[in-house]
Amino acid sequence: MSEANGILIVGELIDARLSSVTSELLNAGGQLAASLGQPLYAVLLGTNLQNAAQEAMSNGASKVFLAEHPLLNEEQVEAHVTALQQVAEQVQPSILLIGRTQLGRELGPRLAFRLRVGLAQDAVALTVEPGTQRLLVTRPVYGGNALAVVTMKRKPQIVTVRPKVFEAATNDKTTEGELVRVAVEIPNSVVRSRVVERVAQETAGVKMEEARVVGGGGRGLGGPAPFAELEKLAKLLGGAVGASRPACDAGWIDPRFQIGLTGKTITPELYIAVAISGACQHMAGCSGAKVIVAVNHDTEAEIFKQARYGVVGDWRKIVPAFTEAIRELVS
Amino acid sequence: MGLRMIVCAKQVLDPETPSSVFKIDRQAKRAIPPPGADPVVNGFDEIAVEAALRIKAAVGGTITVVSMGRSFAMDVIKKPLAMGADELILLQDDAFDTVDSFIATNVLAAAVRKIGQFDMILCGRQASDWDNAQVPLGLAELLDLPCLPFAKNLELKNGSVLIQRVTPDGEETLEASLPAVVTVSNEFGEPRAPNIKGIMAATRAKPTVWGLADLDVDLATLARAELVDLFIPEREARCEIIQGEDDAEVGRKLALKLREAKLI
Ligand SMILES: Cc1cc2nc3c(=O)[nH]c(=O)nc-3n(C[C@H](O)[C@H](O)[C@H](O)COP(=O)(O)OP(=O)(O)OC[C@H]3O[C@@H](n4cnc5c(N)ncnc54)[C@H](O)[C@@H]3O)c2cc1C
Ligand SMILES: Nc1ncnc2c1ncn2[C@@H]1O[C@H](COP(=O)(O)O)[C@@H](O)[C@H]1O
Repeated sequence: MSEANGILIVGELIDARLSSVTSELLNAGGQLAASLGQPLYAVLLGTNLQNAAQEAMSNGASKVFLAEHPLLNEEQVEAHVTALQQVAEQVQPSILLIGRTQLGRELGPRLAFRLRVGLAQDAVALTVEPGTQRLLVTRPVYGGNALAVVTMKRKPQIVTVRPKVFEAATNDKTTEGELVRVAVEIPNSVVRSRVVERVAQETAGVKMEEARVVGGGGRGLGGPAPFAELEKLAKLLGGAVGASRPACDAGWIDPRFQIGLTGKTITPELYIAVAISGACQHMAGCSGAKVIVAVNHDTEAEIFKQARYGVVGDWRKIVPAFTEAIRELVS
Repeated sequence: MGLRMIVCAKQVLDPETPSSVFKIDRQAKRAIPPPGADPVVNGFDEIAVEAALRIKAAVGGTITVVSMGRSFAMDVIKKPLAMGADELILLQDDAFDTVDSFIATNVLAAAVRKIGQFDMILCGRQASDWDNAQVPLGLAELLDLPCLPFAKNLELKNGSVLIQRVTPDGEETLEASLPAVVTVSNEFGEPRAPNIKGIMAATRAKPTVWGLADLDVDLATLARAELVDLFIPEREARCEIIQGEDDAEVGRKLALKLREAKLI
């Protein structure tokens, strides 16, 4: 067997274009490729992949493998694992990067166990150890209280990467890439979990994940009504509302607005955390914000350790006055 | 009929430990439990027990809880029994204290094979110590089962299990035939608190203990991951507290400050 070689990025598509997470992976993978002196590859799965393949090349991939199969158009994990196993066996990459997305959360572990190799989940940094050339993966553990550095003993070394940690690759690479079709076989029998129903909720206004400003509400808001007030504030700032887990668990706001370790990762310019204590599992989803503002009546709250600006007091008085002042400023 | 359920539940350091008292031993690469703080059953795993109890109430069945580790706080790890689970199997060995998900999953899979008959394996979505979120999906691979992760709701229908889960932009319902692995998420709801009767029964109950020698698994071939370092990231606190006469004034001053900083 030849030596494993190459950094293989598992691409995801949104409306036939590369997802932003895929561009981030191409950037992260490109840096590894440079330090290891290995090529950067991407694999795309589904049908109608030409345009996305071009994008992957201009993002730096020297070879793009196309696994074309109609069963791969859906986010069906077993079909994806089956296809990727075949791609991995053919390409023999030394490192395989997957985005920690809805699909990636399932795909990473299943592919690693299918190939009987190791996996590091939720990477926030990737480095190559000088000398040994081992891949060192930094990942938050204990809810974000600590960082662990792990390395994997077999190849491919599989890593799922936290979204929005790496910048997207610039699409200015001139490399003339090569397209390689990989024939994948996916017997219908491998598909054993079926989507019965999918309901997409419309989000009015800016999406939380893309907003420049996010106003987050926590348990201290005490009920659903105050979220309407945060909504008003967010609207004025052209932003969106988010929440801590307890606020979602209590049903005050839809769970898709949960920010944190088991919720979404946001990286706005400004995050205004209202009545949120700042537990590490919450901060895991928002510590990438450029500026954090904390509104909390407890001076000891953890959130003040990570905030740039803090306001100590009752949000019931602070937020309306703040909103009013903003209204004057922006008008 | 009745459903034979296996719930995988891990004993972990209390994840609500405030960051200020969270300490690690960097040399040994492990967390130091704060003095006086008891470990807990992983929160998601208590929810998995709750899910199993609801199924048992609806269609009948048995609940076997499996927990793997080096040592256990008996009153902690018996909580699932106190909640109403039927049986507890402790996989206990020095070798079972591992951060390598490949090892952990193979040991758990060996225990599942030894148990033999089952219809469903319920797990938490992740263990709140190492946040690996690998074991249930790995079990599905090793045992060749379908896996439905992150359930907020669980239903049985004609030999299949259906789950609902939250997606980035809404919700979806998935279905798989039994036997299957299911993981639960916090959206499922709070687990019940044990009642007095349950606590008394759990106190009397004797868990089955299996060590490495009792399981058909060869750890020598299973290492896939190595922990190179464990540390607490440095954070420089640099919070500027906005001062004012009263809450309304600080609110207004905050707006001006953010305008000054060109953030709004
Ligand atoms: C494995 C795991 C995963 C988790 N994942 C997530 C996750 O993804 N996202 C997440 O958010 N959490 C998550 N959590 C939960 C997390 O540990 C915390 O419990 C949670 O973030 C706390 O939410 P909170 O700050 O809203 O509530 P609390 O901690 O209760 O804080 C409420 C705050 O409001 C303040 N307050 C109350 N009233 C007022 C008032 N009138 N004016 C001003 N301030 C007031 C209080 O001082 C307090 O600081 C997870 C936990 C675990 C174990
Ligand atoms: N040592 C263990 N004992 C029992 N169950 C475990 C153990 N480790 C993991 N699990 C199960 O697998 C889930 C995910 O764990 P992990 O993959 O380690 O994050 C947990 O919520 C448990 O249900």
